[in-house]
Amino acid sequence: MSFWKIAWRNMQQRALASSLTGLSMALGVALMILVIVIHEVTVQQFESDAQGYHLIVGGSKGGDLQLVMTTVFHLGRPMYPIPYSYFKKFTEGEFSQYTEAAIPYCLGDSYHKDGFQFRVVATSPDLFEKISYGADEDGNDLTYEFQPGGRNFKTDHFFEAVVGSVVASKTGLKVGDTFQPTHGIGSTGDKHTEFTIVGVLAPTGTSNDRALFANLEGFYLLEDHALSPEEGAETEATHDDHAEVDPNDPNRGFKPLPEAQREVTSILVLCKQQYGTEAMVLDYAINKGKDRTAQAVAPAAVVSRLLEGIIGPVRLVLLVMTILIIVVAGISILVSIYNSMSERSHDIAVMRALGASRTAVMGIILVESILLSLLGGMAGVLLGHVVLGLASPYIEAHAGITLKFWQFNWQETLLIPGLVGFASLVGFLPALTAYRTDVGHALSGGR
Amino acid sequence: MLLLENVRKSYREPNGEPLPILDIERLEIGAGEQVVLRGRSGCGKTTLLNCIAGLTTVDEGRIEINGHDIVKLPEVSRDRFRARYLGFVFQTFNLLPAFTALENVVLGMTFTGQKTDVSRAKQLLEQIGLGQRLSHKPSALSVGEQQRVAVARALVNQPSLLLADEPTANVDPGHQQQIVDLLRESCQRENVAMLLVTHSPEVSGQFERVEELEDVNRAARVA
Repeated sequence: MSFWKIAWRNMQQRALASSLTGLSMALGVALMILVIVIHEVTVQQFESDAQGYHLIVGGSKGGDLQLVMTTVFHLGRPMYPIPYSYFKKFTEGEFSQYTEAAIPYCLGDSYHKDGFQFRVVATSPDLFEKISYGADEDGNDLTYEFQPGGRNFKTDHFFEAVVGSVVASKTGLKVGDTFQPTHGIGSTGDKHTEFTIVGVLAPTGTSNDRALFANLEGFYLLEDHALSPEEGAETEATHDDHAEVDPNDPNRGFKPLPEAQREVTSILVLCKQQYGTEAMVLDYAINKGKDRTAQAVAPAAVVSRLLEGIIGPVRLVLLVMTILIIVVAGISILVSIYNSMSERSHDIAVMRALGASRTAVMGIILVESILLSLLGGMAGVLLGHVVLGLASPYIEAHAGITLKFWQFNWQETLLIPGLVGFASLVGFLPALTAYRTDVGHALSGGR
Repeated sequence: MLLLENVRKSYREPNGEPLPILDIERLEIGAGEQVVLRGRSGCGKTTLLNCIAGLTTVDEGRIEINGHDIVKLPEVSRDRFRARYLGFVFQTFNLLPAFTALENVVLGMTFTGQKTDVSRAKQLLEQIGLGQRLSHKPSALSVGEQQRVAVARALVNQPSLLLADEPTANVDPGHQQQIVDLLRESCQRENVAMLLVTHSPEVSGQFERVEELEDVNRAARVA
């Protein structure tokens, strides 16, 4: 009969105590799994969300972190905007020689339904045509695709929009539906004119899955989105309220807003790769040039700083806490086995009388400690992933992080040998007690 | 088969003085022989069995089993020797409550260092009428059944010597005779020598060779 079976029978004999100590270990390990996996997924999500372009340009009033959070992750309050004329520097002005693509972003509206809140990003169709959202394992660009029946919105169809895959699945919005953006990022703002959905993005695994993308031209025409015309400037009415509207006109009789009345919140800039230094030159020109209207940030650097400066230490604190929980669980195993040693000394003495050596009975106790830790640990791994799976929809809706039940982290593979080592350590004291059992005394009824 | 020569064992009293427990000049048991060792409480019967089994070390002397002086063996070898060549039946049976009847018997083979022969354990239990109770735990067995399992466990390795420490002390007179019969028949069948310790005249009266411990053990005479 193997030591494993003997240890298992001992555990069965003390089923309640064994279950409770195993459960405490399972909870500790489950917490550790949650911390490890959520951290890794968060890091992956943050890193993958800021791919496909080199710089983000936004107003100079505000921090670079705020610029990245609002533009990339659709989180936080949008920054003070920059003039449209600055954006045109990238398309036909001094920065155009370094620019492969410049995507304007106008932020500040949102969409609310069924308790969910999603940001509305006003942009140009170029977002889905000229930049990628990352790269696959082979380094190939991942380009945006639309779910069947959908397409990108058209520049000259002002009130068209596309929605991210998560928005579509959570709200039920589909091609042909309309939605009304709410002014501001709270739910109490005024409702704007409706946009028609012409496409649903295929899942990208980025925060863009959780946003609605409206045509910038239509966004400018919404109430409170246009600058007041400058004094003396030529103005052009964007809508003639008295003219009869052609029912087939996709723009409902509206005309584009004059550029002088336009602003953008931020710009995604994909630099040319001719010399490899374009991004650096552009960064320098924007941040160190005479015109300090805007700032440029490399999102990857900001994300790395965010991860190292904020998420890293939080993860460390959580890991230390979960390790402490596992240590407490280990001590409970020690206490449980150690407390049972006096009642087990008789059984140990019988085994010794049957020929078990001191090291054999010591080994049986160690195996029991390892078995308890391993079973508790494996239950904890399972429990942790079940919780991940169950909490996934909630976390995805509120934090925008996609979690799956089967998401494993390589660090989890260290748990098992770690637990074996730890169990050997905590089992050593009761095992030593077994080693020292006075057989004659125990057999005669002494404890 | 078993030879004790000049075996001495003493414990320390609280005041540090030695308290002699065993002082045996010579005791010998032949192969397959069944011997009763009789004596009053506290005369060193259990200590003697523990010394023969190698569970308690002696101060001096020679304990030879099958030609091996177990006093000179290192502890690990003594443990292995005990597992292989000695069987133990205790006063309170001492079955392990977490294990089934069959597992308790198999446990007797676990520490021999040889392959466990489950069929041998089953065969023994069937021979003593417990073929239908293999998977029962001790708590589900009667007193008589528990004792039979204990005997099977002691004999499963086909030992040279079976040590029985007051095996009838805690049972009623009806069961007492069953146990004695079982031990004697089993040892005869397996050709195992037996040293049975008892203070019961009814039990000792059934054996051809009865040794009074006070006669064998000079320390007991002094006490």
